[in-house]
Formats: sequence, C-alpha cells, structure tokens
Amino acid sequence: MSTATPRKVAQPAPAEVATTRPRRGLRASSTFNFWLFTGPFLIGLVIFVFVPIVWSMYLSFFEARFTVTPSEFVGFANYKQILTDTDFRNSLVTFTVFAAFIVPATWALSLGLALLVNRLRFMRAFFRSVFFLPTACSYVAASLIWKMSIFNGVRFGLANTVLGWFGVENIAWLANPDPPWYWLVIVTVRLWLQSGFYMILFLAALQNIPQELYEAAAIDGAKPGWQTFRYITLPQLRATSTAVILLLLIAAYQAFDEFYNLLSKTTWGQPPLVELYKMALGENQNYGAGSAGAVVLTLLICVVTLLQGKFMGFGRGEESK
Amino acid sequence: MSAMSNSNWSRRSLFRAAAGMAAAGTLAACGGNNGRGGSGGSGKNLVQYFHAYGEAGVEQAVKRYAKAYKDANVTTQWITGSQFEQKLFAALLTKNAPDVFEFHPQIQLVKSGQVADLTDIIEPVKDDFNPADIKSHTVDGKIYGVRMIDDPQFFFYRPSLFEKAKIEVPQTLEELVEAAAKLKTSKVKGAFLGNDLTPVQSPLIWSAGADTLTEDHKVAFNTDAVAEGLKQLRGLFTSGNLLLDAPADWWDPSAFTQGLTAIQWCGMWAMPAMQQALGDDIGIFPFPKVGSAGKQSVTNGGWSMFVNAKGDNVEAAKEYVKWLWIEQKQYQEDFATSYGFHIPPRTSIAQSATKLKSGLPAEGVKLFNEFGHFDNIGWTQAMISSINDVMANSVRKNGDPKAQLDAAEKKVDAELKKLFG
Repeated sequence: MSTATPRKVAQPAPAEVATTRPRRGLRASSTFNFWLFTGPFLIGLVIFVFVPIVWSMYLSFFEARFTVTPSEFVGFANYKQILTDTDFRNSLVTFTVFAAFIVPATWALSLGLALLVNRLRFMRAFFRSVFFLPTACSYVAASLIWKMSIFNGVRFGLANTVLGWFGVENIAWLANPDPPWYWLVIVTVRLWLQSGFYMILFLAALQNIPQELYEAAAIDGAKPGWQTFRYITLPQLRATSTAVILLLLIAAYQAFDEFYNLLSKTTWGQPPLVELYKMALGENQNYGAGSAGAVVLTLLICVVTLLQGKFMGFGRGEESK
Repeated sequence: MSAMSNSNWSRRSLFRAAAGMAAAGTLAACGGNNGRGGSGGSGKNLVQYFHAYGEAGVEQAVKRYAKAYKDANVTTQWITGSQFEQKLFAALLTKNAPDVFEFHPQIQLVKSGQVADLTDIIEPVKDDFNPADIKSHTVDGKIYGVRMIDDPQFFFYRPSLFEKAKIEVPQTLEELVEAAAKLKTSKVKGAFLGNDLTPVQSPLIWSAGADTLTEDHKVAFNTDAVAEGLKQLRGLFTSGNLLLDAPADWWDPSAFTQGLTAIQWCGMWAMPAMQQALGDDIGIFPFPKVGSAGKQSVTNGGWSMFVNAKGDNVEAAKEYVKWLWIEQKQYQEDFATSYGFHIPPRTSIAQSATKLKSGLPAEGVKLFNEFGHFDNIGWTQAMISSINDVMANSVRKNGDPKAQLDAAEKKVDAELKKLFG
C-alpha cells in the first residue's frame, strides 16, 4: 500500500457556455469549408488529370491516328503494338541506364553539398543560394546551353576548347553514339539542375538530427568525420534518403526535356516519354498506340514505386524500423 | 496576443480573398494570348501559322501582307523552334486550330479531312504554276494547297579552298568523300551534311537511281545501290572529316560562313547571307551520283499554304489564301526574292524575278530544273521518320544498311496499306 499522499490534481475549468447563437446550415458546416477550399483544386484535378487519364485509356483501345475522337475499336491491338515495338522496349533500357547513373549520382552530390553547406560558418546563405539557383532554370534553357555552348562539336565549344589545350581532337558529344558521350551531357545537365533541390531536403534533415547523438558518440570515443557520418548521420537520414531516391526515380521516369532537346532524330538515348511523344504527339500522331504506351508506363511506374517503397520502407513508421 | 490575431484575417476576409483570386485567375485566362486578336476589328478573324524563317525581315513581311488584307483580321502566329510540325498537328485537333497554315503536301492531311479543297481558287491560274507543284498537291483530281515557294537544296562550297586543295567538284559520292578528306584542316572540316544527316537522306536515294515511292504507291527506296550509298556515308561519318554537332544546323549558313566547313548542304534561301559573308567565293553542286546507275539530284523543298477544313471560317480563309497567294503577285515575288532566295512556283513570277536571272541564283535555278525532285504527297511524316531511323542506325550507329532498309520497308509498307489499302 502506498503511503504517498495523493497529489491534488487540478481539475479542468468548466467549459464556458456559448453565449452566441449557434450557426446553422451550410455555413456552419466544416464540410462546407472543406469543399470551399478543396473544391476548385479538385475540379482542376478532375478536368486536367483524371479526364485525360480516362480519355487516354479509352483511346488506347481505338485506332486513333490524327484524331482524338476515334470510332474504330481495335481491342488490345495498340497494346500488342507497343509491347512488341523495339523502340519502346529500348526506351525502357534507356531509362534503366539513365536511372542507374542519375539516381545515385544526384543522391551523393546533393548529400555532399548539404553536408558542405551545413558545416559552413560564413557566407552560408550565399552558398545555399548558389547551389539552389539552378533549380529555377528551365530544363529546356539549360539543355540548349549545354548543347550549343558547352558541348557542341566545334572547336569553340567550351568542352572542346578545354580539351584542345591538351591536344585532344574535337569531340562530337551528341551526334555520334559511339562512344556514347551523350550520356555525359545528359547526366551533367540534370545533375546541375536538380542537385540543389535535393540538397535543401537533406539540409533540412541534417538540421533535425539531435546534437546530443554526436555528443554521446564523442563521449563514447567515436571519431568525428567518417565514423560519425557512417553510424549517426547516414542512419538518421534514412527516411529522407528513401524519399529522395523515390522522387529521383520518378523524375527519371519522367525525363523528357533534356533528351528531347539534346538528341534529335536518334534511335538511341530515347526514354519512354520521348518515345511516346514521338508516337502520339510528334509527327506520327498515333494517339491510340501512344495512349497504350502511356497506360503501360503508368502501370510500370506504380509497380516500381510500390516495390521500392516496400524494400526501402517508405512511409513506414519509426516504430516499425 | 499574437500579431496574427490582431489582424483582419477573419474567415470572411479569407473567403473574399479566395474569391478575388479566383476572379483574377478567370480574368487572366480571358486575357491570354490565344493568337486570335481582339474582336474589335471589322470582318472575320483569321489565324495563320508560319514556321520561323531564318532570314531577316520575313516575319515582318508576312505580317505586312496580312495587314494589307481588308476583308478579315489576320493574326500571324510565328512559331519558332524546330517543332513546327508537332505544334501544328496538335493544334489542328483543337478549337484553337489555325484557319490557314503553311506546310508540305501530305496525303495524311487530306485523308483525315484536315485540309480544304482549293481547286476552285487555283484552277483559273493552274497553268501558271509549276506543273510538278500542282501534281504534288493533287489527290484524286483535287488540289489541296497553294505552293508559295520552291526551295532547292544542294551543296555549297568554297572554290578558293577547292583550288588550294587541287580538287574538282565531286561528281560521285566517292569523290565527295575524298574531297572532304583533302579539304579538312586543323580548323576546317571537309563537309557538313546536317547534325543528324537526315537532310541528305532523300537525295542519297534519288542519286542512287531509286525513289522514295513508285507512282503506284509502292516502296522504291530499298535497293542495293542505296545500301551501298549508306555504307559510303558511314565511311565519311567515321572519317573525322565530317563536321558534326554544329551549334546551328544545316538550314543555317553559319557553319559555312564561319569557316567551320568547306562544303555544306543547305538551301538556296541562304544564298544572300552567304554572299554577304563570302562574296563571290561560293559555288554549288548537286548531290553526286551514287553507284554507276545513279544520277545527281537536288531536293526541291518548299512551303505551301493550306486551309483548315475543320475551321469555322473555311470560306473566309480560302478568300484570304486566294487574295495573297494567287492575286498579289508583287507580294509573292517579294516573299520569294527579297529576303532569302526561293524560286516562285508561278512561272510568270519566276521569269520576271530579276534577282534569280544571273550569277549564283541563276545557277541554283538551273540545278532545280535539271536535277530537282519534288514533294511526293504520299510520302508522309511517318515514312520520313522510318528513313530517319535508317540514317541513324546505319550511318551513325553502324547497323547493316540492307537490314535497316528492310526494316524501314516494313514500316512504310504498313503505312501505305493504311493510306491506300
């Protein structure tokens, strides 16, 4: 039996009786407020996202060349065409190669930049801005700068000028697939454009790591640098890393602008979206086959995302780690 | 008390702000530039699409002609970039489609009912047009477009560099490959055929004695001579003597005028700019022979004016096209000869165009008449894409030319079946 004197627990103050007249009808309803603020966006979503998706699925079962209101039902013929199309299958290989380059490279670079900027003691805002600024640049503009100024194939292109100082002959960066220098151009432009954004995500995550962990590690004899990074920083960034990798993977699937602007009239280096654009919205105007490809690609992205989430634990609570 | 709670952010004011923003958005959407101009002018509103011509003054000229037309307000959309075709095709499916647009004759446009029959406006002056241009716009006896300009494309070269390298103008593809090797220096490449080589794909076919399609709509490009020509081009591509990845592509004379290449495939439109930069040190020659049975060839490209058959103003658009591209001969001559050089498709204008009567332009006209191949209305974008793939896979990627031509033949065959049964 406890001998402790029970502490007096403060009782909550009685709720004040509402003196104002209760609101009635729609205005009082929180449902009304919900629809008021989300309704316009929902309408936009339905009109500009869901209707096109449904329409695209509808088109995928029709012969739809040079028209988006077709009449000739062809069943799964467009799906058969797209799945047996070597160009479409090659585009999935291109995506895989691209993702294999760009996802780890961007992850490493943005994390490195975040660590660098996080430790800076002076001109912090300046460096954060410098690394983040490319995010504001359009992919098309950046691609054209890369193509016409830095990586053109003539002697006064920036890359060729630098190589020329070392006696290296001009390289046709984009026109020649052998060796495939175009990958260097494509990967560098995307790295430049997107690393700053992911750096910000990592920076926020770094600042959320409790300082006590590092202090405790120091007391336990952990050496600052690689050891604390390996055993404290990296595990603490796990959730952010998972999200970053997921976003990078989706962005890689959606790659279009730089490929489209850098590689014209090639049969290589065409990711799925460029391939589908050429098929549906480009010169061929085959909306049926293009829509079938879009449906296949959407399903593929969903499967990959779910698998990635399952393996990396995206969305899993802390307790289940 | 927080500063926020002291402000006027009540639920009502929030609602007002949201409503205001929605209204502003709606107004902004109303004010969007849809290219259709205001409704304050007299008569109908017509929209015409033009791709961006590289020569200075063309855009202003096109807008000047449109302004001079009194029966409708004609707005010009000047579409820059290299995706004119895609933008046009996409627009033609929408309510914002142009009433009038320039393009090349393509049977797909006729079959899908996107272009109007213009026979009635052309018929009275049909005999004054180049017969090849009339033929290339005719399907089942109906004429679907008015040719505005013919654009011969051939090789431009620097005679002084040829003299220095002691070489003659190439008559065969082998000689062209050899010439490029001899002309190459540490700063100047031997030849430039465009960054993706596609501008010479049709001339290669013609120069090998073949054709894109036969008269009865069958594949005609898949021959041994064409495959042999592709192999020779592959040799040129890998030789290091070919200019690749130039900042401006083949249609722009920059690579030639800046001394990056000694020979360039380009169009007659670039002659004035070249003459301004290089004076008289310019010569031209057709795409050389490929194989023993071949014959030199010149691409006779060009642009034609079409009327959107699904538009709301078909009759008004036809009237405008008739006024500008049939009746206004002074504008037609101005368009063909005052900026870049083009050949007017009207015989009477071509004969009176003094700028085309002497020197290099006259030589261009001669090559056009002697070696020119005109548009084939049955040769669609999808078929062109198939040959683009042949160039990419066999010349730039070292695939087997015959296998690539076979693959292209299958694709083109499928297209032909859809179009002609």
